[in-house]
Amino acid sequence: MATLAQRSPEVEAEEVNYLNVEHGWKSWLLTTDHKRIAVLYIISITLMFFVGGLMAVLFRINLLVPEGLFSAETYNRLFSMHGIIMVFFFLVPSIPATLANFLIPIMVGAKDLAFPRINLLSWYLYIAGALLAIYAVVRGGVDTGWTFYAPFSTTYSNSYVLAAAFGVFTAGFSSILTGLNFIVTVHKMRAPGMTWSRLPLFVWSNYATGLIQVLGTPVLAITLLLLAFERIAHVGIFDPNIGGDPILFQHLFWFYSHPAVYIMILPGMGVISEIVSCFSRKRIFGYNFVAFSSMAIAVLSFVVWGHHMFITGESMYTGLAFSILSFMVAVPSAIKVFNWTATMYKGSVSFDTPMLYAFGFIGLFTIGGLTGLHLATLGTDIATHGTYFVVAHFHYVMVGGMVMAFMGGMHFWWPKITGRMYPEAWSKFAALIVFIGFNLTFFPQFILGYLGMPRRYHAYPPEFQALNVLSSAGASILGIGYVIPMVYFIWSLKNGPRAGKNPWGAAGLEWQIQSPPTTFNFDETPVVTEEAYNYGPLEEIVG
Amino acid sequence: MDAATLGMWTFLITEVLFFGGMFASYAVYRNMYLDAFASTSQYMNVVLGGTNTAVLICSSLTMVLAVRAAQLSNRRHLILFLILTMIFGVAFLVIKGFEYHAKWVEGLVPGLHWSGYTEHPEFAYHAQILFFLYFCMTGMHALHMVVGIGLLTFLLVQAYRRVFNANYFAPVEMIGLYWHFVDIVWIFLFPLLYLIGHRR
Amino acid sequence: MLASMRILADLPLFPVAASEQAGSIDALYWFITAISILMTVIIFLGLGIFAWKYHNKRHPHATQIEGSTKLELTWSILPFLIMLIMFGWGADLYYKAQTPPKDAMEIFVTGKQWMWKIQYPDGTREINALHVPVGQPVKLTMASEDVIHSFSIPAFRVRHDVMPGHYNTLWFTATKPGHYHLFCTEYCGDQHAGMIGWVDVLEPREYANWASGGASQGSLAEQGQKLFEQNGCATCHLLDQQGRCPILRGLYNKPVQLADGRTVIADDAYIRESILDPNAKIVAGFQPNVMPNFKGQISEENVIQLIAYIKSLSPSTPASQQGSQQPPVVIAPKAGAAAKPGGAAQH
Repeated sequence: MATLAQRSPEVEAEEVNYLNVEHGWKSWLLTTDHKRIAVLYIISITLMFFVGGLMAVLFRINLLVPEGLFSAETYNRLFSMHGIIMVFFFLVPSIPATLANFLIPIMVGAKDLAFPRINLLSWYLYIAGALLAIYAVVRGGVDTGWTFYAPFSTTYSNSYVLAAAFGVFTAGFSSILTGLNFIVTVHKMRAPGMTWSRLPLFVWSNYATGLIQVLGTPVLAITLLLLAFERIAHVGIFDPNIGGDPILFQHLFWFYSHPAVYIMILPGMGVISEIVSCFSRKRIFGYNFVAFSSMAIAVLSFVVWGHHMFITGESMYTGLAFSILSFMVAVPSAIKVFNWTATMYKGSVSFDTPMLYAFGFIGLFTIGGLTGLHLATLGTDIATHGTYFVVAHFHYVMVGGMVMAFMGGMHFWWPKITGRMYPEAWSKFAALIVFIGFNLTFFPQFILGYLGMPRRYHAYPPEFQALNVLSSAGASILGIGYVIPMVYFIWSLKNGPRAGKNPWGAAGLEWQIQSPPTTFNFDETPVVTEEAYNYGPLEEIVG
Repeated sequence: MDAATLGMWTFLITEVLFFGGMFASYAVYRNMYLDAFASTSQYMNVVLGGTNTAVLICSSLTMVLAVRAAQLSNRRHLILFLILTMIFGVAFLVIKGFEYHAKWVEGLVPGLHWSGYTEHPEFAYHAQILFFLYFCMTGMHALHMVVGIGLLTFLLVQAYRRVFNANYFAPVEMIGLYWHFVDIVWIFLFPLLYLIGHRR
Repeated sequence: MLASMRILADLPLFPVAASEQAGSIDALYWFITAISILMTVIIFLGLGIFAWKYHNKRHPHATQIEGSTKLELTWSILPFLIMLIMFGWGADLYYKAQTPPKDAMEIFVTGKQWMWKIQYPDGTREINALHVPVGQPVKLTMASEDVIHSFSIPAFRVRHDVMPGHYNTLWFTATKPGHYHLFCTEYCGDQHAGMIGWVDVLEPREYANWASGGASQGSLAEQGQKLFEQNGCATCHLLDQQGRCPILRGLYNKPVQLADGRTVIADDAYIRESILDPNAKIVAGFQPNVMPNFKGQISEENVIQLIAYIKSLSPSTPASQQGSQQPPVVIAPKAGAAAKPGGAAQH
């Protein structure tokens, strides 16, 4: 397969860059350089990813046999902690805190984010939250599910609910500060000539994500606090014994957690725009529509939360409203998928590893998104809510979507972040393993779900075993697919060939500066005179 | 609007959403248990609550005057008004402390010490929800006041060190914005918690 | 290898459809799936064809295209119109799923960690098992004694959350005799996966045989009557001439005027609340704090029995007479009654 990577001449003496400009603990732990903070985040979230992933491997092993291999208590803690870690400590920060942290200042032509010290504070808050979560794991875990539903979490659970809740609470503030930083940076720090319509779509996506982070996360914060107070005081507002309503918890929780899933996909969509454009050598088809679709998703994401509650007994009108709005929020996502595909039309397509991940994303996100229609439709949600169908749906969009985008983005910008290239053959192999493993793990779950197998079951009726075994087999393959890049990325730090400024020949401000960049990114403030993705003059304007 | 101001306004919007969760809960339960909620206000000390409202409004005035003083490079007045604002803030917290203590003594703390709802025992059951919200909302508000006083202390130290003048007083402005916001939250809390149903 | 091949041969792919609504829900499910497959194929084909035709070796020069508003509108509006079909169809099925027919057989379900307790009108009780006749609409009225559960029968395509603190209902009409799974599908603690059972759909004659074998304790209403007497309810609500409390004869499913001016229907939920939270709704003309609060003393199952008894105190008029067709029944105290709120009446 043809690749775009151009070998740059070996540089004898390494230039000064943000990595080697200073050494020592303090220069890292007290840094305000957004690039170093991004590296700190990369290390932390990778660690959390493997903790959460290990839990998944363990509970999939449990599900190999119908009666389960571990005790129910162990299983329940494993799946709960898996969800909490993966959602709050991996997916929500993933691309924003790593790739966007690194790239947004450069992409807008600035020296750093608007509030560099707040950026560092957000990392420390993340670490504090992660330590609380690890504490909860080590002490035996929490068994409420990542959704913490009352009254089980407030009154009945005997596990470390408070530690986990406070861990998530703290990580939430990390998320708010990241979003706040991005919003102000994009508004106030753009270089001369960098108008909104010249911004890379990656910036648009992360800006929209920042809006959701800033508006949604505080509601999660207060919800977790109320849960904690109720658990501590033994009387509270969700307690049906005093006329409180557990459904209020669900409304408050999902008011954040639904927009949260868009926090967990929008940045990935931004990455895909960058990759597809570069590896088709073309500007993105329908730039305006793709940019505005990010904003539309951010706005609409706040008015669909009730689709998680269709069978709780909410009124018919509530159900109707949330169902129709859920269909509406699907439209902007569909627009993006069509536009990425159309970008390849009459392009010049190459198949470097980032592009392989992009193909994977588009395909798997399409499947995941379409299965969301089964859930948004009131009649079929009755048959699929609470089953493995839902589990398969959200893993298709979050893992088949976001994690693929994260991997693609890491491969795309690895030469920029580290100045090194990874081995192409291994990376393509790993991408293939991930794709195969992923589908083997999660496609059987759609079938299991419609057959009726509930989620969060440590044991199940024997007729479901074959599909569970297929799924667990896939999980082990998927795990291998994630370990391989870990190995070669670390290997490449010392042994990979050095990358030049622009190994992909891509458009964008980040490719005009050295790899790795200097601490202040640009020698002098760039002046922007052309639109994004200017791979050549416009030849066709299809009306 | 400069970056710092946009940043502070964005942060304040997150605070609106944060308190918003509690206001939403209040709205839901008040709609469900109208009479029970109305019966709770006679247990609220309107005198202390009203005094606190006046105290906070005065503190916002002194805060604005502090910002003005910084704008005019008037270090003496800046320090004076910062100290006055802090005094008002502390006064608010002290009065709040008396209120909380009284609630404890009267047995009006749900879950931990709830035995004092004697005037309308038929509503005692649902009134617990209101009192839970009372402590959560005023408690979170008080926490924000404590943080605010800490920030004012920081400003005071900086002002003493002559850091602020007409060309640079952004931190004073930003923290002033925060202080006003905390004040406004109280302006909403006071009628909802203390005054509703308080006809006599 | 051979064993795994045998397993694959037995692979279940489609659930059995054993209720009237299962067929409708399946039809909609397959419609959505068909559209999804179509869209997936279109996208995959698009990607595949473009990747091949515009491979950089074959097509070294990319043609820069801005976009096409016409295309954007087409591929936004067309899918949305198709989604409207899904929405409308789904809403219709959802509405039907929430509207049980008036002649549905009522069965009561109590969920508690970690079992389902089923109570039939004739007094039979079961744990984790439900027997229903073919072709008869069945309405389940459900409550939880502790956390949120969810009652699900995949073969019937029915599911509904079961809450603490109020009643939820679901209904179905079974169409195929058989032995079907029943699951709890809302995580509820350690043995969530153990909260499963079986639904047996029987031909009418077999069902009659089965039903006659139970009920040694009497029907649900008879059990309720015992509780009614044991807990002293009869003292005020049946025998009392002083008008301290509303009369229960003829009350079920009638409108009731409350002291705050509202009018509510005395349905299952109202009666349940009157037992477990009596001061929540005071009937016009009566005082709060007279009726004892039985929360914690009477279980959800017992509440169901009491409701059955109170229902039996009403003449068996079809439920279609409920609602605003009749003027509200103001159950006022007799003239001259000394209605004193009693400390004595309270536990």
